[in-house]
Amino acid sequence: MTTLTATHSPSRWWQSRVLRRFLSHRLALLGLLMITLLTLACVVGPYLLPYDSLYIDLRARFAPPFASDHYLGTDPLGRDIAARLFMAGRISLLVGFFAMVLSIFVGTLVGVIAGYRGGWISAVLMRTVDGFLSYPTIFLLLALAAALKPSPVMITIIIAVTSWMEVARIVEAEVRSLKEREFVLAGRMLGLGRSHIMFREILPNAMGPIIVAATLTVARAILLEAYISFLGFGIQPPLPSWGNMLNGAQQYLASAPWLAIIPGIAITIAVSSFNFIGDGLRDALDVRNDTV
Amino acid sequence: MPAFLLKRFAQSIVLLVIVSIIGFVVLNLIPGGPLAQFALDPGMTEADKARLAEQLGLNRPLLVQYFDWAWRLLQGDWGISFRDGNPVLTVISRHLFATFLLMGSSTVIAIAIGTWIGIRGATHRYSTFDYAATVGAMVALSIPTFWFGLIGIYVFSLKLGWLPAGNMYSIGDGSVLDYLHHLIMPSVVLALVHIAVWSRYMRTATLDAISQEFVKTARAKGVTERRVLMKHVVGNALLPMITLAGVQLPSILTGALVTETVFTWPGMGRLFLDSLGYSDYPVVMGLLMFSAILTIAGNLVADIVVALVDPRIRLA
Repeated sequence: MTTLTATHSPSRWWQSRVLRRFLSHRLALLGLLMITLLTLACVVGPYLLPYDSLYIDLRARFAPPFASDHYLGTDPLGRDIAARLFMAGRISLLVGFFAMVLSIFVGTLVGVIAGYRGGWISAVLMRTVDGFLSYPTIFLLLALAAALKPSPVMITIIIAVTSWMEVARIVEAEVRSLKEREFVLAGRMLGLGRSHIMFREILPNAMGPIIVAATLTVARAILLEAYISFLGFGIQPPLPSWGNMLNGAQQYLASAPWLAIIPGIAITIAVSSFNFIGDGLRDALDVRNDTV
Repeated sequence: MPAFLLKRFAQSIVLLVIVSIIGFVVLNLIPGGPLAQFALDPGMTEADKARLAEQLGLNRPLLVQYFDWAWRLLQGDWGISFRDGNPVLTVISRHLFATFLLMGSSTVIAIAIGTWIGIRGATHRYSTFDYAATVGAMVALSIPTFWFGLIGIYVFSLKLGWLPAGNMYSIGDGSVLDYLHHLIMPSVVLALVHIAVWSRYMRTATLDAISQEFVKTARAKGVTERRVLMKHVVGNALLPMITLAGVQLPSILTGALVTETVFTWPGMGRLFLDSLGYSDYPVVMGLLMFSAILTIAGNLVADIVVALVDPRIRLA
């Protein structure tokens, strides 16, 4: 027996090629910087501001931004927009993150099983994926949101319900090609169980595309939450979210445009950060560039 | 060709069945199910509800109910709107024109601009233009459509006063010009995301086509670069875009719903939201099913068109 023991190259992870390539992706670094700052602001910000996000001051209604110690102005009830923006950010980012975790979990599970088992199992699972993809996301999302109690947890779940399909497709394709490789045959010959091969041998090799998909799914989930909350079927007041801060902003567009402008900028920054990071990860992990 | 068509039709029918099952599950998730409209009606006693459930056959096994529901769907009996008492299909058809007008014009804008950006990005690869287009597309995909609409209204309606802030036409004026005037902003707003998508795909498709052997051959024969690009490259790069147009349908419908809300555009999306607000579930369900069927039909048509245009697929 030759001494070809499968030792990893001695380099540490911080010396890896993936990290080096990611760090040379300027846009991804910008995204990472923006989302870190935004998250920090949402975590720490509410403690530093002079006003609470729920404090109603009717004498200070519609204060414009940058004019008083309501740094970003106030809303129609005189609540401080900066405080609300950060509290809303907590909700929106958490909903986006957990919706991603859920949909990656479901999508990966479906994708691995469909890709490895093939046959009628794959046919049933993948046609279900096609079925879900035939609905315009927002129609399905709104119907579910209107039907179920719109608590933050429920909103997270229904966003995941409408977001797992693309992950399933990516993982299915990846697993289908991986299962013909020698290491899988070797595993089978060693008598490893089916679930061991699927989740311990194949899945780790499919992590690249999953990580990229996960990053883009956060972006998508934040956007979806904003859509349904803007339309009034998502996160319900008094709990603020970036989407529901914009709900009702349209009627004050002429007199208080900052009500509409500020939360939208926060959403755009958060979503584009994740899209930038996803793009950088795709390049760094060398994932096929077949999604937008 | 017939074999290909037959297979594709069969796939669409299977998909329709799956979509109808998902739809039925959603319908039954609504608290109170098909009786939801009476849930808050104080005049309805439990006995009344039970009798109604009996009459409507809601006490039968779910499987039987599903087949009954699907069968009526097939026959065009989509239920009656709670709100105005008209058949659901009639209500939907009244809003189709507005939505199709909006989707059509925004698709034309998206294809024209997106294709141009994509080709230019591919022919001037790694140029400033290419880089700006890449970053621009990613940012465009990150902007919430409704927010872009609000900013548009603020700038072009409230500040500059160039464009109307909503509606499909001015009351008392129904001229084509008036319609167009109202159409500009919603179409551009709806098109933004799709310009980004089209430009990315078109760039990839153009790069694929440029590296093909027949392009080399054409150049070797001395065909001018412009002609190579227009005839050999773009012609082939546009083929996968037909499929893309079909695949993009659900996302355009999603965008249309949001855009229609911001611009009070009297289309399907607005109808969907209004119906949700009134708990008019037959219309909600009807629109849900209608949009999915539209998507399936759109994908089918796109695939048939590609097969007609591209002999490689037809003969494969």
